[in-house]
Amino acid sequence: MALIDLNKKEVHCKIVYYGPGRCGKTTNLLHIYATMNEQHRGKMLTIDTKGDRTLFFDLLPLNLGKISGFDIRIQLYTVPGQVMYEATRKLVLKGVDGLVFVADPLRVRQARNIESLEGLRQNLLDLHMNLEETPLVLQYNKRDLVTPPFPP
Amino acid sequence: MADLVLTAEIQNKATELIENALIKAGVSAVLLIDGAGNVLANCGARGAEIDAISLAALAAASLGATAQIAKLIGEEDFSLLFHKGKTGNIHFGRLGNDLILVTIFTDEVSLGLVRCRVTEITQPILDIFEA
Repeated sequence: MALIDLNKKEVHCKIVYYGPGRCGKTTNLLHIYATMNEQHRGKMLTIDTKGDRTLFFDLLPLNLGKISGFDIRIQLYTVPGQVMYEATRKLVLKGVDGLVFVADPLRVRQARNIESLEGLRQNLLDLHMNLEETPLVLQYNKRDLVTPPFPP
Repeated sequence: MADLVLTAEIQNKATELIENALIKAGVSAVLLIDGAGNVLANCGARGAEIDAISLAALAAASLGATAQIAKLIGEEDFSLLFHKGKTGNIHFGRLGNDLILVTIFTDEVSLGLVRCRVTEITQPILDIFEA
């Protein structure tokens, strides 16, 4: 659900990075944060937790310039990937406008990818949304790790 | 889910209600946000100093998490959440299903007054967004 602010001439959209644990969702946001011009990115919000796993969410606001006089403001969110945090994932998905599903291409993670994608479908249904009708990018991550010594 | 179009008229009416009920009562800042964490209105002297985008995202998630806690103990939802700091306090109030009012205030303003004023403007704000 995008917010169109006619007063400030801004369009706000929410994009959520979704995927199984350890697939690289937070790394995606960190890379975007590190490579984008300071003028076009806001402050990255990461909720400090013990260890390096996301327990709640990460948030990176971006300003992508103007379209037809309207500032396009994007908020990138990540969800926690671990299976046990289903309720948190559903919270973050509320009001989502677009999705990036980050798949881990290691063969040993295939089942987790499928489980996560099915979880996404169900969570959207619970929010009265449909995966087939929601803009979705499938990101095949970690392709730089395909050569040995990493496992296929 | 349909996009939310925020016109100047809607924003001005909501801001006026918040200014009269809460800012004039002495609170430092008020954010009106939706359940997805979008900022719909930002009022008060401290409003410009605050990282509204981060606060809105955290407030929406925090109240969402509180709703899950409520379900765990057999409640449908908790309609408000309050955190007390050394000098600053924050009050989260749910307005209907989709709106949240975040009120930041010092110890010079009583929690009772904030709760009372939030309750007073809940229906008028909902009426503005449903009109």
